[in-house]
Amino acid sequence: MNENKQALQVAALKDGTVIDHIPCDKLFQVVSLLGIKNMDSNVTIGFNLDSKKLGKKGIIKVADKFFSDEEISRLSIIVPNVKLNIIHDYEVVEKKEVHMPDELRGIVKCPNPKCITNNEPMSTWFHVIDKENGILKCHYCEKEQNKENIKLL
Amino acid sequence: MKNRSFVTIAEHSKEKILYLLKMAEEFEQRPNRKILDGKVVATLFFEPSTRTRLSFETAVNRLGGRIIGFSDASTTSSTKGETLKDTILMVSNYADLIVMRHYLEGAARYASEIAPIPIINAGDGANQHPSQTMLDLYSIYKTQGTLENLNIYMVGDLKYGRTVHSLLMAMRHFNPTFHFIAPKELKMPEEYKLYCQQNGIKFVEHEDFNEDVIAGADILYMTRVQKERFTDLMEYERVKDVYILKAEMLRKAKENMRILHPLPRVNEIAYDVDENPHAYYIQQARNGLFARQAIICDVLGITLDEIRL
Ligand SMILES: [Zn+2]
Repeated sequence: MNENKQALQVAALKDGTVIDHIPCDKLFQVVSLLGIKNMDSNVTIGFNLDSKKLGKKGIIKVADKFFSDEEISRLSIIVPNVKLNIIHDYEVVEKKEVHMPDELRGIVKCPNPKCITNNEPMSTWFHVIDKENGILKCHYCEKEQNKENIKLL
Repeated sequence: MKNRSFVTIAEHSKEKILYLLKMAEEFEQRPNRKILDGKVVATLFFEPSTRTRLSFETAVNRLGGRIIGFSDASTTSSTKGETLKDTILMVSNYADLIVMRHYLEGAARYASEIAPIPIINAGDGANQHPSQTMLDLYSIYKTQGTLENLNIYMVGDLKYGRTVHSLLMAMRHFNPTFHFIAPKELKMPEEYKLYCQQNGIKFVEHEDFNEDVIAGADILYMTRVQKERFTDLMEYERVKDVYILKAEMLRKAKENMRILHPLPRVNEIAYDVDENPHAYYIQQARNGLFARQAIICDVLGITLDEIRL
């Protein structure tokens, strides 16, 4: 409990989700991947906060919102090591890890300019062919890419 | 009805490949029959390819089907900004089957997901050209009597040559031994060598191309070495004449060895090879007709038993 209080430098949350220890350069990608812009919930975003682990870190706290496994798995491509704290009544009741999904639809851009997905109004679709090394294969053009090089749509 | 599109060869099982070869064999015996009577086949060539289009259209004509379509996207509405989706759905109103070639990679896969009728991929950019692979397989099967345990030697541009990559993947079911003969700049990419390792396929790499290197071949698969593929033009000048097959290089060849080439050739097979009994690339193109007749019937749900009637 003590440790949790330290981690949560910004105001405590009664119910909801806290995503802590986000590398600062990834924070706004996480914000966009979770679709926070379109949420009605009370959201606190902390940027450049002090962190023992990372030096500086980002944090997102979303009140009264519990993300689905599908929403969480999207985060795996940019912040694979982050944990989500599920809060009920000011207590962390669960820590959820981010797992690489088997496929990603409509999140990542295909790097191949000659891919149909970059030339037609349609969703992208990738198969995760190597979870350990984060290798994605485009369902359409069949080109592979590493998660280090990905661009979000 | 389940969509039976033919988009890539890699997703087909060994049984399916052998089944299609049996079907091609039937068509070789009797290429003219009226089993597509009343059917309309659309050939949509968003990128011109006369050879492939003629082969498909001949296949349809000899089976009694009718053809609609275009041979060049500049004459169609896609130049007016129409999406592929709209073109495919519009044509689906008229035809029973679409044969399409497109300059964009993945176009045929996408079309097969949105179209209510089957799609045959006649080439999507640098990605796949599965009917070419079927005709290569049929040519190998016909000349060797089997696809099992063969020594297949691939020569030339193994880096960009999509036909060699597709053939390599399709052969994984048949315990082949590959020899890759290519200049450094155009050697077989790591991902395909990894594919071989993962699938237990044996392979040997060579830079030299001479009568001793090819003496063990059952199939010699030649490809074009194109100048525009080289970043280093000095390297191109150095190797451009190394990967040319000449008749004198066939002295030690095994008797059953046959030379394949996806055509058109530029200069990588000297004309003195044409008369050699090992030459097979002209007949190979003819096999494309039978392989494509088999593919067309299969996607339309016409079975081997039905064509044997
Ligand atoms: Zn792609």
